[in-house]
Amino acid sequence: MPEFKLTRRAFLIQSAVVGGGLLVGFHLPAERSLQAAEPATIASGAQPVEVNAWIIIQPDDSVLIRVARSEMGQGIFTALPMLVAEELGCDWNRVQAEYVTADTNLRRNNVFESMSTGGSRSIRGSQEYLRTAGAVARELLVGAAARRWGVPAGECRAENSLITHTPSGRTLGFGAVAAEAASLPPPETVFLKDPDEWQLLGKPVRRLDVPDKIAGKPVFGTDVEIPGMLHAAIHACPVFGGRLKGFDAAAVEKRPGVVKVVGLDDAVAVVAESWWQAQQALLALPVTWDEAGNGQVDDAAIRSNLEAGLDVDDAVVVAEHGKPVAAFQAADRQVEATFYAPYLAHATMEPMTCTAALYPDGRVEVWVPTQNATASLEAAARTAGVDPLKVEVHNTQLGGGFGRRGANQDFTIQAVQIARAVGRPVKLMWSREEDMQHDFYRPASMARLKATLNAEGRLTGMTVRVSAPSILTSLGMKQDDGHDPIALAGFADTFYAIPSLRADYAARRLHVPVGFWRSVNHSQNAYFREHFLDQVAHAAGQDPYRFRLALLGEAPRQRAVLEAAAEHAGWGKPLPAKTWRGIAVETAFGSHCAQVVELRLEDDKRFRLLRVVCAIDSGHVVNPDTIAAQVESGITYGLTAALFGEITIGRGRVEQGNFDDYPMLTLRDMPVVETHLVPSGDFWGGVGEPPLPPIAPALCNALYAATGKPIQSLPLSAHGLRPA
Amino acid sequence: MLEIKVNGQEHALDIDPETPLLWVLRDHLHLHGTKYGCGTGLCGSCTVHLDDRAVRACLVPVSAVSGKAVTTIEGLGTGSLAVQQAWRELDVPQCGYCQPGMIMASVALLREKPSPTDADIAAAITNICRCGTYNRVRQAILAAAGKGEASDA
Repeated sequence: MPEFKLTRRAFLIQSAVVGGGLLVGFHLPAERSLQAAEPATIASGAQPVEVNAWIIIQPDDSVLIRVARSEMGQGIFTALPMLVAEELGCDWNRVQAEYVTADTNLRRNNVFESMSTGGSRSIRGSQEYLRTAGAVARELLVGAAARRWGVPAGECRAENSLITHTPSGRTLGFGAVAAEAASLPPPETVFLKDPDEWQLLGKPVRRLDVPDKIAGKPVFGTDVEIPGMLHAAIHACPVFGGRLKGFDAAAVEKRPGVVKVVGLDDAVAVVAESWWQAQQALLALPVTWDEAGNGQVDDAAIRSNLEAGLDVDDAVVVAEHGKPVAAFQAADRQVEATFYAPYLAHATMEPMTCTAALYPDGRVEVWVPTQNATASLEAAARTAGVDPLKVEVHNTQLGGGFGRRGANQDFTIQAVQIARAVGRPVKLMWSREEDMQHDFYRPASMARLKATLNAEGRLTGMTVRVSAPSILTSLGMKQDDGHDPIALAGFADTFYAIPSLRADYAARRLHVPVGFWRSVNHSQNAYFREHFLDQVAHAAGQDPYRFRLALLGEAPRQRAVLEAAAEHAGWGKPLPAKTWRGIAVETAFGSHCAQVVELRLEDDKRFRLLRVVCAIDSGHVVNPDTIAAQVESGITYGLTAALFGEITIGRGRVEQGNFDDYPMLTLRDMPVVETHLVPSGDFWGGVGEPPLPPIAPALCNALYAATGKPIQSLPLSAHGLRPA
Repeated sequence: MLEIKVNGQEHALDIDPETPLLWVLRDHLHLHGTKYGCGTGLCGSCTVHLDDRAVRACLVPVSAVSGKAVTTIEGLGTGSLAVQQAWRELDVPQCGYCQPGMIMASVALLREKPSPTDADIAAAITNICRCGTYNRVRQAILAAAGKGEASDA
């Protein structure tokens, strides 16, 4: 099991399989004895029992499973409890899930591990300790029942929330023995089931959060209401890097409902009795800004900066193998192309929001849709100047995340600042325009790719230069030294057998803040690489699918998904008139994904998206229907960007504001999506992001096949190309 | 005083008559199922029914709903409608934020056209979903109309 990494807590005793399953050690959290329920009280059967930090058994045998990562649509509120339940042996129909709060995790010595939800990491990052927690609880419940019966535990089994003594057929419900189980010393080691023993994992399971979501019940960040709360609308300096110079509070203070105008370092907020009153007053508020010298930057300047990066001499070499560049380029025929990918906003349906309350005793409480509740807690504590143990964080439902709500806690910081200035609890909500104009954008990027072909039309070498701002240095997660380990994702770690390769990175410094946008650098790099490969295949006079296969001799999993997508799409078979296909493949966030786009050209600029055939290998499969949903989701998000997505800069500021100038794909233009799972089974891959990167190049490749014209920049709408 | 009727209940409000219905629902009546997404009628997250017709509550001043019946997602009950059942069967929602608007638009469509074609659905459901639930929304509408196969895709 090459990708089976052990956590700090779970200590592998022995990886040999003994009677099926994987033996793992279990280490108790230090605080557990303090948290254990009182056996005396529990024995009455009246109260739920925490068997371990993740699992609470109710007196009626139903099970509450805790979830520490954030549900933002990707389905982990169901998938993570499935991992626990599989090992626990409980009745899935009687499982409920609940969020852990960041302050609980802090007070309980991080027993719930990381709460960060990004990088398609929720399952692959926590599957081992969640399955272990389920297995440990199962052993405790079985042990308690065996003791009560006076039989060996080995004669008992747990299934459907019942412990059965196999020889006699006697049974006890989980609830009947939970208190006793919680008082027993946990086993030092447990076996985890082999995948072929799984009863629940790998089967389609209905999402636990849907019944509430069809009835308007979930509380999103924008839905929070607490006693005495006011509403805030905010406007940050439209020029990135700028500062608030002044504002005329008197001009709006007498408006109905307005309570206070609050100046922050780089923003101004109006606080009122309702959000509408706050926002209307904000729009009428005279404000002056110090634009910090960035007020003249425009898209042309940004593009020339990126273009300059294509030719700098000090680019950082990220990957190099085979012959020196001069040697292989001199020998063979060259194909060259330059690409541009624009800034992109996340545009979550729910704009940025946070509710904050500061209490006289120094306690701070925030309610926030966050991809990292621990980061929210730390941001709130730092801003309020209090000990982190004084902060409570309530994770609300998230109206989308896509990378916007994790590393950057600007909304949390603002809410705490405003609540402190007003002296009352405040719910801050950004307008759509504020959200569009103060994002941490997918970096605008340029790339120059050169390939060499020998006389037989085989790829002999490739050079790649990526010129782009660094996400990691922009976020302060890394020092600005020209390096960025993720900037060349998809190039530096390429799965294609390219005999000679040199890939380098020119870090560009621009004033637009950049951040993690769903699939991060894979989103633009897969477009550059996969669309370029079609151009190279064309130059070689070869079918783009066959051309790729020839380069995948050492990459069986990528080859398998590519073949599966091609086969299900009928690659190579005749198509109706004016109908064309494009194919692409990428490995990202631990999974392999290939897609074929089929479209019909309606005239020289307009096309109809007919279907997308997707094959994905995520190793193990937890909930197949969730994977299908994430494929549909990644394709929608990626298609929207490829078709329309472009944030442009003028006078130092973002020129788009709402869905009229940052348009979205809607139901009308959504192609059929066919998902084929090709799980190769011995690793745990992500699914939130991997389905996104192939869609833009597969679409561009279909259009290239249709028109003979490559697409050297996105979005397609900038070339007048759009769905009919 | 402005009188409005929401989900069968009468309310008297002392409020600026220009206030959009969306903010009256959310901030005054505490009905949070109706969502803000754009404020300009583009995304449909705030779709409610005005006398059974789907409207975007962010564009409707509260003064315009006097004498009419407003229905929000909360007014549909707890999930027993055919549309909601189809949504459940197909696990349509992802993050769920746009889904009240999607459901309200779909219920109104099926009232007007009990057997909608794909073209009817495409014309009526212009709501934006960033999670990409469009294909399942389409399937769920067809399933609720008794026309579609309840696919397990």
